[in-house]
Amino acid sequence: MTATLSGGFRDAPTQSARAFRAILDALSRPGTIQTLSGPVTPPAPLSQAAGTLLLTLADATTPLHLAGDLDTPAVRDWLTFHSGAPLVGAGDAAFAVGTWDALLPLSRFFIGTSEYPDRAATLIVEMQDLSPNGARLSGPGIDGHAFLSLPEVTAFAANHRLSPLGFDCFLTAGDRLAGLPRSTRVEAA
Amino acid sequence: MTDQSYNFAYLDEQTKRMIRRAILKAVAVPGYQVPFASREMPMPYGWGTGGVQVTAACLMPEDVLKVIDQGADDTTNAVSIRKFFQRTAGVATTEATSEATIIQTRHRIPEQALTAGQILVYQVPIPEPLRFLEPRETETRKMHSLEEYGLMHVKLYEDIARHGSIATAYAYPVKVEGRYVMDPSPIPKFDNPKLSDSPALQLFGAGREQRIYAVPPFTRVVSLDFDDHPFDPSKAPHDCDLCGASESYLDEVITDDSGGRMFVCSDTDFCRTRREAGHAGRLGEAQFSSKKIANSFEGICPPTGDEA
Amino acid sequence: MYVAVKGGERAIDNAHAFLAEERRGDPAIPELGTAQIREQLRLSVNRVMAEGSLYDPDLAALGIKQSRGDLIEAVFLIRAYRTTLPRFGASRPVDTGKMTCTRRISATFKDAPGGQILGPTFDYTHRLLDFKLLADGQTPPAAATAPANESPLPHITGFLDRDGLIQPETGNAETPPDLTREPMELPAPRALRLQALTRGDEGFILSLAYSTQRGYGRTHAFVGELRIGTVAVEMEIPELGFAVEVGEIELTECETVNQFTGSKTEPPQFTRGYGLTFGQTERKAIAMSLVDRALRWRELGEDDTGAPAQDEEFVLMHADNVQATGFLEHIKLPHYVDFQSELELIRKLRTEAIAARTEAAE
Ligand SMILES: [Zn+2]
Repeated sequence: MTATLSGGFRDAPTQSARAFRAILDALSRPGTIQTLSGPVTPPAPLSQAAGTLLLTLADATTPLHLAGDLDTPAVRDWLTFHSGAPLVGAGDAAFAVGTWDALLPLSRFFIGTSEYPDRAATLIVEMQDLSPNGARLSGPGIDGHAFLSLPEVTAFAANHRLSPLGFDCFLTAGDRLAGLPRSTRVEAA
Repeated sequence: MTDQSYNFAYLDEQTKRMIRRAILKAVAVPGYQVPFASREMPMPYGWGTGGVQVTAACLMPEDVLKVIDQGADDTTNAVSIRKFFQRTAGVATTEATSEATIIQTRHRIPEQALTAGQILVYQVPIPEPLRFLEPRETETRKMHSLEEYGLMHVKLYEDIARHGSIATAYAYPVKVEGRYVMDPSPIPKFDNPKLSDSPALQLFGAGREQRIYAVPPFTRVVSLDFDDHPFDPSKAPHDCDLCGASESYLDEVITDDSGGRMFVCSDTDFCRTRREAGHAGRLGEAQFSSKKIANSFEGICPPTGDEA
Repeated sequence: MYVAVKGGERAIDNAHAFLAEERRGDPAIPELGTAQIREQLRLSVNRVMAEGSLYDPDLAALGIKQSRGDLIEAVFLIRAYRTTLPRFGASRPVDTGKMTCTRRISATFKDAPGGQILGPTFDYTHRLLDFKLLADGQTPPAAATAPANESPLPHITGFLDRDGLIQPETGNAETPPDLTREPMELPAPRALRLQALTRGDEGFILSLAYSTQRGYGRTHAFVGELRIGTVAVEMEIPELGFAVEVGEIELTECETVNQFTGSKTEPPQFTRGYGLTFGQTERKAIAMSLVDRALRWRELGEDDTGAPAQDEEFVLMHADNVQATGFLEHIKLPHYVDFQSELELIRKLRTEAIAARTEAAE
């Protein structure tokens, strides 16, 4: 019970503001890796970065999907207590979090409508590690090109082809965070 | 000092989360207007409530905020918005473009090139670039979804047929990353080239119209034009009369009853920096202090003869 | 030599001090208390509550005092305060059938169970300035009225309902969207339209309603029933498992009965428009019900005659006076950058036009 109640923001207004700026930086500069080293300590296996991101952005108005091994009672209780986000299936999720394999198949997630592309889901992919090498990224937010260790190229390239529809991604590892919006072109390096 | 009776940056956390989610979707779909549940702010709609909500959702305690209106830090509404954030967020403020981490602006992009650490927040009155061609939201939303921008091209073409050139001088429409036609807010078209490939993040907030949109850093922004009538960002063919700058956007100031006028930089920080560096224009002199008291609330003070 | 000067902050502070002085007026005249406003300018208070979407007579009175009687400014103050309030939950829908009525009239039936209750109305006053009010007032003698009717009065339209002569309004269990928490999305369901109308500007709604009476989207409306009175506000308390009364509010409710000869989709029957507003605000409630009915053309299979009151987007996007006044008044903010760019453009176009004319003349 104490694990459920603890590990949130201690001073939400300022700490979530700092977290948001790191998240905003990550998404508006794909290929950069940000650190979310605030006070948030979610129960394992949820990473600090994913936990911080969810506490910053999710609430009772954003349905949340926990994929695969992340869907544990401890994680459920912690997220429900701190965010109030209703837990739902993949198709109804505004946010979904899990490892790459657990999130597959991606066709389950909402990609928005042509009139409201903003209603697409945001995926949080839990990774072992994040590094600035791997797939080649270009597009908005990137001066020329950048590299990022993505779990796969094809799926992201396909998602970009749907743009302006498509899901948006955050990749998290420990306290590190990278963003990959649908607007990013992804190619094998 | 922060006023303790308000939440940090005024807005409650739930509202901030809602705005933050909208900002992120705006970044993911550059140029697309994301609907958001704009709140009533303690300042009137049309006076920057969209920009204020975006700024409030982005601000962190370490930020250094600059607020400009018409390029100037000292216009009354800029002063009022700056005071609001000093009071509710306790953040440091500056007039120097280079020192700011967040710049909230109405109608201008600073002359000095922005950098990667900066966010430029625009106040937007009418976010829909097609609104004056088609007043219905239900219709313009369809046009954006189908990428059907013929109406806009017809309008611009009719301008050329009638006037020989495109008769839009501010809020000149642009296309973002080859997809969405976007209203850059009522900046003069002189500023349009600065929208493209900026290292800074540009966020646009329209409070009354409940829309947020974004141009991420290094994003291609093209002003609409035709091959035989290319976009022309020209400005008045004058130099600043105070600092002598030839490349800045100018305000025209009427100086006497007989129609005398002078041209001065609209970007007050840019002009001051130049004057402090020793530059002088036709009617100015290098100015090392601006602590001159005036009775009017802003502006240019003529020679009085009692200058010490 | 010319120099740039600053003084914006000082000018604003001075303007605020000036405003405070003007608000107080002649200090020889006793200051107006908010309790006096609440009790003696109650119709202003009601309007501010209705358009401010906040039922709090004391705060509305404060808004009126602070705004120097500018009611739209007072509505704005209330709205800006309202957005900052935490929300503990939603009440159950109020039951206007259980209203304790101070006024209840029907234009469609001479009499009905419960009777016609005239109540405190200007309706039959002769609009002659009452110079007695100039003098220091004495408390008027108590009105000779029957004690407030505590037993619930049936809704008049219920009698038509029973005979199947009026289109039934079926309840809807769906939670309506909240205009103040979600961006407006069009087309809007009726619940959202009614929300926008009830907080819309009284003058705007009045004029739209009037335009339908003059033929711009005519709906043949009669006031089926207008009732004013208090209703209980109840809240479900999950921990208790039942609803408790948390307070009482005064409401005005208007149901119009509209002639309807039928359409491709609907049989001939009466239809209705609906108005519900905070406080005694009957002009607003009646106007609201006319505009509501005009906006229902689509669901009733009527023709779109192009009338402004039938145009949902036009009505909903322009009804809010806080939005409208803000945007209207913002044009007094500096626009010299835009104006300068226009100036340059006009100069350029003129030069070219004059050159072209000279060339043609040669
Ligand atoms: Zn200058």
